[in-house]
Amino acid sequence: MYEHDVIVVGAGGAGLRAAIAAHEEGADVALVTKLHPVRSHTGAAEGGINAALQEGDSWDLHAYDTMKGSDYLGDAPAIDTFAKTAPEEVIQLEHWGMPFSREDDGRVSQRPFGGLSYPRTTYAGAETGHHLLHTMYEQAVKRGIEVYDEWYVTNLAVTDHDDPEDRECHGCVAYDIKSGKIAGFRAKGGVILATGGLGQAFDHTTNAVANTGDGCAMAYRAGVPMEDMEMIQFHPTTLPSTGVLISEGVRGEGGILYNDDEERLMFEYGYANNDGELASRDVVSRSELTEINEGRGIEDEYVHLDMRHLGEERILDRLENILHLAEDFEGVDGLDEPMPVKPGQHYAMGGVETDENGETCIEGLYAAGETACVSLHGANRLGGNALPELLVFGARAGYHAAGKDMKTAEIQTGPSAKSEAGDVHPPVEPGAIDAGGEDVAADGAAVEPTAVIENAVERERHRVETLLESDGINHAEVRAEVQETMTDNVNVFREEDSLKQALRDIRQARVDYEDVAVADPSRTYNTDLIHTIETRNILDVAEAITLGALAREEFRGAHWRAEHQERKDDEWIKHTMLAWNDGTPELYYKPVILEGDEQTYEPKERSY
Amino acid sequence: MSTQIEQQETETEEQEAEPEVESPGDRRRAAKRQRLDEQEAQRVAEEETLDDEETVHLKVFRYDPEVEGKQEPRFDDFTVPYHKGMTVLDALIYARDRYDSSLTFRHSCRQAVCGSDALFVNGRQRLGCKTQLSDLDDPVRIEPLPHQEVVKDLVVDMEHFYDQMEAVEPYFDADELPEDDLEEQRQTRENREKVKMSTRCIWCGACMSSCNIAAGDNEYLGPAAINKAYRFAMDEREGEQRKQERLRIIEQEHGVWRCQTQFSCTEVCPKDIPLTEHIQALKRESVKNNLKFW
Repeated sequence: MYEHDVIVVGAGGAGLRAAIAAHEEGADVALVTKLHPVRSHTGAAEGGINAALQEGDSWDLHAYDTMKGSDYLGDAPAIDTFAKTAPEEVIQLEHWGMPFSREDDGRVSQRPFGGLSYPRTTYAGAETGHHLLHTMYEQAVKRGIEVYDEWYVTNLAVTDHDDPEDRECHGCVAYDIKSGKIAGFRAKGGVILATGGLGQAFDHTTNAVANTGDGCAMAYRAGVPMEDMEMIQFHPTTLPSTGVLISEGVRGEGGILYNDDEERLMFEYGYANNDGELASRDVVSRSELTEINEGRGIEDEYVHLDMRHLGEERILDRLENILHLAEDFEGVDGLDEPMPVKPGQHYAMGGVETDENGETCIEGLYAAGETACVSLHGANRLGGNALPELLVFGARAGYHAAGKDMKTAEIQTGPSAKSEAGDVHPPVEPGAIDAGGEDVAADGAAVEPTAVIENAVERERHRVETLLESDGINHAEVRAEVQETMTDNVNVFREEDSLKQALRDIRQARVDYEDVAVADPSRTYNTDLIHTIETRNILDVAEAITLGALAREEFRGAHWRAEHQERKDDEWIKHTMLAWNDGTPELYYKPVILEGDEQTYEPKERSY
Repeated sequence: MSTQIEQQETETEEQEAEPEVESPGDRRRAAKRQRLDEQEAQRVAEEETLDDEETVHLKVFRYDPEVEGKQEPRFDDFTVPYHKGMTVLDALIYARDRYDSSLTFRHSCRQAVCGSDALFVNGRQRLGCKTQLSDLDDPVRIEPLPHQEVVKDLVVDMEHFYDQMEAVEPYFDADELPEDDLEEQRQTRENREKVKMSTRCIWCGACMSSCNIAAGDNEYLGPAAINKAYRFAMDEREGEQRKQERLRIIEQEHGVWRCQTQFSCTEVCPKDIPLTEHIQALKRESVKNNLKFW
């Protein structure tokens, strides 16, 4: 058994920031990650990092834009904390050597982004995430923070009290991918989940293959509710063949969207007469798909994003990476031709329910970054708000887990935050088929931390051995079943019948998953096994997304429903919560907090 | 659909009650296997009807120290259906998901930023995800990166590469920071431009694998690590004293002077970093540093 004060699961932006914070606080901290840290998907972020740095801008304007962008599903305590702390976090990065793009006077550049009332997006070319990731990994190396790379955390070690709010997390179980060894990790201060996105629940996504929602699914099965899972952001500009992202920076710099008739669609069809291409991502995604569905798409599949008029010099200075992506993955020279783009799954606004300090309702269990939902992004994340989120809340989780005195959180978590029970009529009983049987809380009466961890290790050994020894079907078949139905039925446009179809398909995938087995008997670098365990996590998050989408009978932010074409503020300014309850998912709601530090946010119509 | 599922369950329960039959799990698995066999037969039939222009022939290196029958390195052949825009990584994923789930290789972002799928393809280091099959001669021969220890199939041990990266103290160290936590250091556009290419490294290891010197000298820092040293030594935000310390690291016996300017690193770098140039620039700094005028 390995022991540290703080264990951070995942070593992308949020994980690295959390580890550095915990280390600064004097904790012995370790990063446990299924990839090497520099392989993390934070490296693929392109656009930038929002922070109110300049005179004329202010944190409360940033907060206001964020709340408005969220379509009033964000929680004010999270948004205010975020907007206030983002500037110091960005400057901290600069002090750590991040190669930001610069102005003539040597200061960091800022550029306009969708939904922002001030050009407050700092950036490093169109590869901001790459530089952020590497800068932070360098600082982790400088501090000698221990990294267990290519160790896959498969489960959490949590006590088995009936009420999740009485449970404690003592550590986790990880599988050494290189040797096949399974080991317990004890965390005296806390476990921080920073496992990133869940885009692999869909088959057209900008997310890496490794983004399988592991942290979210593990926390869920341990008893932490998942919050607002239906809120999936689709990015309007992804390359049609691969899902590779073309940064919003292109539109920020003045890129234009055209349909097959060479009309500037955002204006021509009145989707966003004020902001055009720089309307929020949900608005642009729907506009593009509407064009395609009405026969004005190119090859019935995509639209064109044109940046030629920006000129070679500006493109090379600020968007060079985009030229490479278009060339390598679509065979298009962005200097000569418009680039083909269509919407693709991009970001999970929902996730593991946490408060402003990154804490979940289980003591000692934290989450930060995309895997978490402190409810900053609500129903729609603004471009450039993901990177500052992982800095601000990664750091806070790290500090708190390491024992720093922090202000008591205003956001309530856990089942006691429930305001009303959910009412949804799925066509099948969700979650009922307990594939894998690895409920965290089914633990026996262990309360001693080491015993809790040993029990968890035993369960994982059994799970892995069963998968290796039995015969059955390949996980890839089950994964494809889920991914296809999600893209067909739980995409940008959502209809009741399709959502129900998706739930039936996911249920069938659960049945099929009971028969999965790992064909590769090797203990050395067994990716077949890793992907099989990941697929189990994909099932849980896909089901939560779909169930939440069926329950939320309104149109808010990224969540469009055919039968409900308006935002219903009287009824729906509340978070959709899903609790696992030992395999019987329970849907309930908790209120959104609109009272902030300086202002109470009054819901206004979003118009562009 | 929902009623169908319920019906199936009821049937299963009824059958479960009958004695002396195999368990429902076994039956389900048998049915599944039969279905899979049918699919496989269909796939084979499809494959036979594909003409050569629609398929790609892969010859893939295989080795697993754990599994009997794979301990002796060999090449396996896979024929995969081709579509326009298909990359080496796409073909490998197809082969793994459809033919042999034990086929092992690293990959994640599939957009040339994570650096995990550097492979030796038709005799050259390349990222699988950004290499179009249409640019390669058939058959496509896929091997692990040369000069690295093979862990399994196409996966190599990267520890040595990471150690060399860490040996150059790869982290920013400013002499002096602005007192105000909300004020950034100044950096000229020219200086950012100067280090820009060097900051693009994704640690894929292609350069190190292509370098003849690194192949023969295990202590040589190698192109990636020296490029990392360049990235910091040339950044004006670090002070002169730190630069001297950095130069001392790269001037050592197995540092920049081992480079014989063969350009193989520069040729294979998937991010187009002028590695050889950066190494030469540090040689110049090192010479200037050691010239004493007195």
